[in-house]
Amino acid sequence: MATAHSRAAARLTMSPAVVLLLGWMLIPLAMTLYFSFLRYNLLMPGQEEWIGVLNYQYFLTDPAFFAALGNTLALVGGVLVLTIAGGIGLALLLDRPFWGRGIVRLLIIAPFFVMPTVSALVWKNMLMNPVNGLFAAIAKGLGLQPFDFLAEAPLSSIILIVTWQWLPFATLILLTALQSLDSERLEAAEMDGAGAVDRFIHIILPHLARAMTVVTLIQTIFLLSVFAEILVTTNGGPGTATTNITYLVYAQSLLQFDVGGGSAGGIVAVVLANIVAVFLMRMIGRNLDI
Amino acid sequence: MGQITLDRVTKSFGDIAVIPPLDLTIGNGEFVVFVGPSGCGKSTLLRLIAGLEDVSSGSIRIDGKDATALPPAQRGLAMVFQSYALYPHMTVRNNIAFPLKMARLDKAAIDRKVEAAAKVLNLTSYLDRRPGQLSGGQRQRVAIGRAIVREPTAFLFDEPLSNLDAALRVNMRLEISELHASLGTTMIYVTHDQVEAMTMADKIVVLNAGRIEQVGSPIDLYSRPRNRFVAGFIGSPRMNFIEGEAARGDGADCIGIRPEHLALSTESGRWSGTVTVSEHLGSDTFVYVQVEGIGTLVARAGGEFPVHHGDRVWLTPQTEKLHRFDAQGNAVSSAAPGVKVA
Ligand SMILES: Nc1ncnc2c1ncn2[C@@H]1O[C@H](COP(=O)(O)OP(=O)(O)O)[C@@H](O)[C@H]1O
Ligand SMILES: [Mg+2]
Repeated sequence: MATAHSRAAARLTMSPAVVLLLGWMLIPLAMTLYFSFLRYNLLMPGQEEWIGVLNYQYFLTDPAFFAALGNTLALVGGVLVLTIAGGIGLALLLDRPFWGRGIVRLLIIAPFFVMPTVSALVWKNMLMNPVNGLFAAIAKGLGLQPFDFLAEAPLSSIILIVTWQWLPFATLILLTALQSLDSERLEAAEMDGAGAVDRFIHIILPHLARAMTVVTLIQTIFLLSVFAEILVTTNGGPGTATTNITYLVYAQSLLQFDVGGGSAGGIVAVVLANIVAVFLMRMIGRNLDI
Repeated sequence: MGQITLDRVTKSFGDIAVIPPLDLTIGNGEFVVFVGPSGCGKSTLLRLIAGLEDVSSGSIRIDGKDATALPPAQRGLAMVFQSYALYPHMTVRNNIAFPLKMARLDKAAIDRKVEAAAKVLNLTSYLDRRPGQLSGGQRQRVAIGRAIVREPTAFLFDEPLSNLDAALRVNMRLEISELHASLGTTMIYVTHDQVEAMTMADKIVVLNAGRIEQVGSPIDLYSRPRNRFVAGFIGSPRMNFIEGEAARGDGADCIGIRPEHLALSTESGRWSGTVTVSEHLGSDTFVYVQVEGIGTLVARAGGEFPVHHGDRVWLTPQTEKLHRFDAQGNAVSSAAPGVKVA
C-alpha cells in the first residue's frame, strides 16, 4: 500500500463511504445550525425569519440551561464513578474461580441487553414505586417509612438506573483487562512483600488504567445523551431537577414547539460535547503511551 | 545464612502427583541447579520453596525454622521469573525500589540501596527508563536488581536466561556466577539446559517426573551417573548407548560411552562403520557413524578430523570410560574407579 498507484486506488475506493458519511453528518448539522438562527416556531408556520443570535442568547441565559448543564455533569460524572468503581469490584470477584462462575458472568451481562426504556420502567414501577415497589415492600417489612425515590432524590435515582445499565459494560471491559494481567507479576509483587492492598494499588490499578480510560471515553459519549430514562421516569422534573441538556433540547423543540431555540440548544450541546472530547483525548493520549 | 531443607515434600494438582515425596538439603552459600526436561516439575519445586504454592504434604525449613506455612514475603527469599515480571508502569528505579518501599524503608536508605544495586548491574544510566524501553538483557538485570536490594537469604531463579539470545545468555551466565561469588548468597537456579547446569552449579539436582534422579557436583554427574537418565541428560552431545550383543560382551545389558571417549581412526579399531554426517567446528569434529549391528554412534575428535559422508572409519571406546547399566537402567559397578577429575 505504498506506491502512488495503490494510494490513489485506496482513495478512490474509500470515497463513496466518506462522501456518504459526511453527507449523513454534515447535512443535519448544517440544517440545525441554520434553524438555530431563525425564529422557527411550530405554532407559527410560515413566519420563519432570520433573528441572528437571539436564540442562543435566550437559551444560554435561561436558568434551566444552567440547571441542565449541572445535571448533565452530575449524571455523567456520577455514573462514571459508580460504574468504574463497581466494575472493578465485580471484575475482581469474577476473576476468582468459584462454583457457577460461568452462569454468574452471563447474568452480570444481562442488564446491558435490556433496552433503556424497559429498564427505566421496571425500576420506576417495580422497584422504586413508593406503594407497589419492591424497595417499599422491604422498607415496610423492616418497619420503615417507604422512600419515594423519584420524588425525593430524582437525580440520584436516575444515576442509579443508568449505572445499573452500564455496569455490565464496565465490568466486561475491566474483567478482560484483569485477565490479561500476568500472574507472575502479581506473584513477584507478593514476594516483594506487597500485601493484597498494595498489590491492588501498585499493580492492578495501573494495569487497569487503560481499560478505565476506554470505559470513560465510550460511556461519556453515551451518557451525554441519556434521554429515555428521564422521559420515562421523571419527565425532567420535579421542576428541572432531572433535566439534562438532551432533555432540555427536546423540551424546547417539541414541548414548547420552539424549533429555533431547540436547534440553538443542540448546537450548544455539540460544542460542549467537543470540549469534553478534547479533554478525554488528552487523557487517553497520556494513558495509552505506556 | 541460607540453608533450605525439604523433608518428604509432595505436591499434587488435583489427583495428578507432580512431586512424589522428595528430600533435599541445600547448604548455605551453595549454587544449586535444578535441571531436567520440560514439565518435570522444576518450576513447581521452586514455587513450593518460594511459597507461591502450598505443599500437599511434608515440610520446608529455611535456616532451621519451619517455613511450610509462611507466606512468600516472610520467607526472606527473592525470585527472578522467566518472564522477568517487571512492573511496566514504573521506572527502573521504582521497580528496583519496590520491595524496599513495601518494607517501608525511609527514602534516603531506598535511594542509597537502589543506586548501589544499579551500579553493580550497570543500570545507572537507565534508572529513569521504563522496562519497555530496555533490551532483554537489561530487563533481566533489572529483575536481578529487584532481587538483590532485598538482601534475601537465598535467590531463586526460574529459567532466567531462556528468553535471551545465545550470546547474551553466555554473558548473563557469567554475570550471575560472578554475582554469586561476590554475594556468597545461596542460589537455586532452575533450567532445562544442561550446559547452564554444568557451567554454573556447585551442586546439580537432576529431576525426572518430579523425582530426584541424582544429586552431585557437575563432574560427579558427568563421570559417575547413577542411571541411564542422568547419563543421557548430562553431557553434550549426549552419551551413546549400546544394547544387545555388543553390550553383553562387556557384561551389561546396556553400555554407554560419551562421544569424547570414542577414539576415531581411519585405519583400525573395535567397531567399523560409515560416516553419515560430520560436523566440522574447527576446535572439534563431531562424526556420526552408522555401525553395523549397533546403530548410529557419535564420536568427537579434537581439532579437525578430515572425514566426510560415506567414508569408512573405525571407533574404539576407552574401556575405563565405559558406563555399564542393568536392565532397569541403573549403573552397575560404577564406570571406572579411577576417573580423572578434569
Ligand atoms: N497450576 C497447575 N495446575 C495443574 N497442573 C500443573 C500446574 N502447574 C504445573 N502443573 C503440571 O505440573 C507439571 C510440572 O510443571 P512445571 O513445574 O511447570 O515443569 P517445569 O518447570 O519442569 O517445566 C507439568 O506436567 C504441569 O502440567
Ligand atoms: Mg518451568
